[in-house]
Amino acid sequence: MNLALSDEQVFLREAARGALSRFKTLEAAREALDGNAPLPDLWPTACEAGWPGLLIDESTGGAGLDAFDAMLVLGECGRVLAGVALLGHLPATAILNDSSGAPKDLLEELATGAKRAAYLPVSPPSDVSEAWTLDPAHGLARPSAPTAVREDGQARVSGRLSFVPDAPGAAVLVGVALLDGKPTGVALDASAPGISVETVQGYDATRSLGHISLENAPATVLDASPESLAGAWYLAQALIAAESLGSVETALDVSVAYAKERHTFGRAIGSYQAVKHSLTEVLRQLENGRSLLYYAGWSRTGKPDEFPLAASAARSVAGRALDQAARTMISVHGGIGATWEHDAPLYFRRAQLSRRLLGGTAGATDRVAGELIAQASAA
Amino acid sequence: MDLDDTPEQAAYRAQVRTWLAEHKSQAPVLTGPEALKNEDEIVTARRAWQGKLAEAGLAGVTWPKEYGGQGLGPIEQLICNQEIGQAKVPGILDAIGVGMLGPTLIAHGAEEQKARHLGPMLHGDEVWCQLFSEPAAGSDLAAVQARARLQDDGSWRLTGQKVWTTNAQFASYGLLLARTDADVPKHKGMTMFIVPMDAAGVTVRGLRQISGEAEFNEVFFDDVALDADAVVGGVGNGWGTALTTLMFERVTIGLGGEGLGYNSARFAKAIADDEHARRDPEVRHQLGEIASELLAVRFTGYRTLTALQKGQIPGPEAGLAKVTIVNGAIKAGDLITDVVGPDALAQDSEWAYMISFLPGLKSAGGTEEILRNTIGERVLGLPPEPRLDKGIPFSELRSKEGAAA
Repeated sequence: MNLALSDEQVFLREAARGALSRFKTLEAAREALDGNAPLPDLWPTACEAGWPGLLIDESTGGAGLDAFDAMLVLGECGRVLAGVALLGHLPATAILNDSSGAPKDLLEELATGAKRAAYLPVSPPSDVSEAWTLDPAHGLARPSAPTAVREDGQARVSGRLSFVPDAPGAAVLVGVALLDGKPTGVALDASAPGISVETVQGYDATRSLGHISLENAPATVLDASPESLAGAWYLAQALIAAESLGSVETALDVSVAYAKERHTFGRAIGSYQAVKHSLTEVLRQLENGRSLLYYAGWSRTGKPDEFPLAASAARSVAGRALDQAARTMISVHGGIGATWEHDAPLYFRRAQLSRRLLGGTAGATDRVAGELIAQASAA
Repeated sequence: MDLDDTPEQAAYRAQVRTWLAEHKSQAPVLTGPEALKNEDEIVTARRAWQGKLAEAGLAGVTWPKEYGGQGLGPIEQLICNQEIGQAKVPGILDAIGVGMLGPTLIAHGAEEQKARHLGPMLHGDEVWCQLFSEPAAGSDLAAVQARARLQDDGSWRLTGQKVWTTNAQFASYGLLLARTDADVPKHKGMTMFIVPMDAAGVTVRGLRQISGEAEFNEVFFDDVALDADAVVGGVGNGWGTALTTLMFERVTIGLGGEGLGYNSARFAKAIADDEHARRDPEVRHQLGEIASELLAVRFTGYRTLTALQKGQIPGPEAGLAKVTIVNGAIKAGDLITDVVGPDALAQDSEWAYMISFLPGLKSAGGTEEILRNTIGERVLGLPPEPRLDKGIPFSELRSKEGAAA
């Protein structure tokens, strides 16, 4: 047993931190909210670093690494609120990589980042529902997954997906559609007829989101198992968890630094228990989240039966941790923490939107309960 | 990163599992209809079982070989704990002695002390207890008032009171933190002693708690005579010696947190058994939140082990795991009681004892508030609360406290 990072993993993380430090991502996030300037395009940086191919086998041009390595990179993106389109791209590549007969040239283009993919997020069945469902455009009711019909050896897919990460600008869309009622992997060329992607102006400008409409859109049917299709959903959960915890790290670091230097009543505010305990609470949640990242990262291939539980638990804890960290960041800073010029609102915006995407933190929390209840009933 | 056993660890696990399978029938039965009822019988049987575990090398796994241990690492210790749990047999009776006090003696004790005490401790022939906390010294442990006075012949006389002492009612020895010099600042004037629990002037009294059971004791010392060689780690060095024990306490918690039975699978089972509750969104949400955090703690334990394996000492952040476990279990007990109803609080319920035990556990090993202070200061580097006791002789503190009030 060994939960330490390998030298390669430490290098991957440090390299990611270095690469992202070349951009003023926080300033850009504020500018983008003001509508003054578009966000810097970080995709070339990602391609240079080899991130698009992290989860693609070496035989098709990727790095052949596993979820935990990808999570390390997402953590670094989260630290500086960098909008790198990996949350959409990586689960899509995971499905393609697992599918026998996925076009080799497509995988190679996705591995180099010459083409960018977006994952069509479909939540797999649970202990209480057989249905594959989508995030709703509005409200609580979860619509059913897109449907597909066969036509000329291909498929035609119809459905509407809301708040799809990194959909705008993606060349390929990969996800799940119900073909004769069965969950089936599909890949779509985003420029094909019948596909429209509407960019969503988000509360958090660093998060690229799109609403996707599919009307008899032509798709390649993938030979992907239901486990692989469900696995992509849980991979997305693990990735957004890692990204969130990266943001927690920065929020905590900045808050702690301020609590040491800001004085009231003749003392640094960090010496007051009220402040100290609230920061320690953020640390507690961060450490819990970190531990679950190890669990999720290891279980995807080390214990696949537990990956749904591990990834959902990581998402649940990380989502709550980021909310807590962002709110604490604001309150520790006092009034200034709630002003436009401060970075705290950027982390707050990130927290509030992130925790509602990809099934939401609440959905992941419910999934943890569902997995454990199912296990308990099976035992 | 890998959570699977290495080939060596797998071989060790197989060896432990085989021994347990072969000797399981000799283990004392503590639950179910066949369970031993009488406390003396239980203690006798568990001591004998500890002896068997020790002979087989399943106790004191991390102790050096020269003191009867196996000289193995914390991961082997964890494997041992896991296999003992899997086999559904009791672990060692004297986890406090073998896990915390023995290692303290190994680190700070004189060779004669080690030679005399470690063997009987490891085999369960002599059980030990930890005599640190006092009615007015818990989170602020350095405020101990139990007073040991040096006699002309080099021996000591001890007077005072200790509290929250597990196993004192059948312990042979205790490791006791006493004040030996009240005229120096409080951290400097303490000394650690080995105290024979059958010495004249030692009185042990059970301390009943919310559950109605007495798991802890109060121990009174009335002019107890201690030999000069009862001192561990040198006169005036008691605080440093105590810190070693507390460090091993954190390791023990890190290795055995789940041993308390506060785990997500068990709590989920209670919810799964109720057809309505298992589908109720609010119940599921609460269960999911509690279970996620408790799952996290298991892997925090593995992180602690990885650090130990690399020769690093786990820091006070391991205390955060305790906060998570205790608060998670409190919430779980609450949720289960909401689901089950008053029956969950019935005397014979699986949950009543846990529910009664947890409010006190919140303060065990330092209150949650003091843990958060310590972690905020040592881990996050936040400035300390201003202190009124720094550099002031212990004997003057009391009057200062009075003046401040």
